[in-house]
Amino acid sequence: MIKVEKLTKRYGGITAVDEISFEVGKGEITGFLGPNGAGKSTTMRMLACYLPPTSGRAQVAGYDVFADSIRAREHIGYMPENVPLPPDMRVREYLAYRAKLKGVPGRRVKERVGDVTELCNLEGVDHKFIGALSKGYRQRVGLADAMVHEPDLLILDEPTIGLDPNQIRQVRTLIKNLSRHHTILLSTHILPEVEMVCSRVIIINGGKIEAVGTPETLRETLQDRGRTRLEARVGDTSAAVKKLKALDGVREVDCSEGKEWNTFLLHVEADVREKVFVLAKAEGWAVRELSRRAVSLEEVFVEVTHHEEI
Amino acid sequence: MKRFGTLFGREVSRTLKQPLAYVVLFFFLILTGINFQAGVLAMNAEAGTTTSVEAFFNSLLFWFPFLLVFPLLTMRLFSEEYKLGTIETLMTAPVGDAEVVLAKFFGALVFYAVLWLPSLLYFGAFWWVTGQAPVEAPGSILGAYAMLALVGAFYISLGCLASALTDNQIVAGISAFALLCMMFFLGILWFFFPMTSPALQSLAYYFSTIQHMADFSRGIFDSRPVVFYTSFTSFTLFLTYHALQYRRWRA
Repeated sequence: MIKVEKLTKRYGGITAVDEISFEVGKGEITGFLGPNGAGKSTTMRMLACYLPPTSGRAQVAGYDVFADSIRAREHIGYMPENVPLPPDMRVREYLAYRAKLKGVPGRRVKERVGDVTELCNLEGVDHKFIGALSKGYRQRVGLADAMVHEPDLLILDEPTIGLDPNQIRQVRTLIKNLSRHHTILLSTHILPEVEMVCSRVIIINGGKIEAVGTPETLRETLQDRGRTRLEARVGDTSAAVKKLKALDGVREVDCSEGKEWNTFLLHVEADVREKVFVLAKAEGWAVRELSRRAVSLEEVFVEVTHHEEI
Repeated sequence: MKRFGTLFGREVSRTLKQPLAYVVLFFFLILTGINFQAGVLAMNAEAGTTTSVEAFFNSLLFWFPFLLVFPLLTMRLFSEEYKLGTIETLMTAPVGDAEVVLAKFFGALVFYAVLWLPSLLYFGAFWWVTGQAPVEAPGSILGAYAMLALVGAFYISLGCLASALTDNQIVAGISAFALLCMMFFLGILWFFFPMTSPALQSLAYYFSTIQHMADFSRGIFDSRPVVFYTSFTSFTLFLTYHALQYRRWRA
């Protein structure tokens, strides 16, 4: 559905998006994850045919977003960040206008507006002025607008930002339901959202793609690079630390001494539990815990975006 | 140009739904009404050859509200969309940039026509009350309104350009006013080049809106101003189209 090849965007001297390439298949919900200023919005704006790329190519539904922009736009429903809407229009009037603008045939406009109004739970407010709506309703009007012309692809830039927890839930459920008929690309910096909603994650940072995969595979690849915890009774703490550090795959050892039991936190590059066990057995340490910490997507995110150890 | 109708309809309703439109209309009608009355009073005071149409379209009281109305008409066309961010939803719908520019231009032109339509009533009332035709030849009134449309289209296009360049409505309004004053007062130079240099004078005539109006409201048709205004309007709209694209390239 989306095919991006070496897409680049430069503003003045700053490279906001740096030669990124990825593909999104039909029916996928892809989460675009990254810290603020990572280039998420810029990439989405280029895909939505708003910003022309500096170099590289992007295709949506087989149409080039730059050369065949109008055709591509007919297949895209785009909801920009902060959902800009005209305050002087009523909800129903706005959706009808947008439907016509996006090429819904006249006889189907009413039906489509009715459908999206129902789908986004806007029935109660459809005669209100958009300027008088709360943030949650505005967000839903934005979503309704994005899908009023039944696009193949929905591009949603931060769809849940600024909503209260109940509204966030509603929007997430809505997005999940939409995936039956649409391919969805959404951006966020809220990690649980990605784990709950997305089937695939693209982590972007500093204009570059850092990692791609399902939330599970991303977690697995990082799991080995996590921390291992050892709680044991050792004779000489500093000697134990030295010995642990000497193990292959251990980068750093933190030790917190207790009265009797010491806790060692091993920063590792691979799964070293077996080696630790063998060492403890040889040294005669009494071990009461040897475990690998489960890694959350949040930690994956921090790891790949800040290159920090976890 | 498939979606032009939808965009145009939206522009017209957007203009007619804002309170500013009615404030402008109200004061505009007062000023043009006073202008018309002043013309009629002057004609009453002494015998002359001017018609009420000529008196109406060639007084200071005509030019003052005429020039003032364009910035108010055009300043929000693009600036407001930039400010609200709705330009992003607009330009990601399957519409061409040229369609957007033309829809906004013609939308403003419609409101401009709404402003001037009531003035036809003045001449109707004059006819009805005095029993005299407001003009001696129909060409005079046709010419005056044709010139009104031509100059109006050009000045509106200048306003479009100013608005497409900034997201601040005030800045857009003031730059539009500066641009059209520049064009307007360039035309006044005509009066400073009397018969001394025929070449300079014929060049200055191109820019002299006041002189064009004086000629046309007398029923004199000259193709030069028609070509001048239509070509300058098209050129300015072309620049507006590029300003709109430039902002996206840069944004």
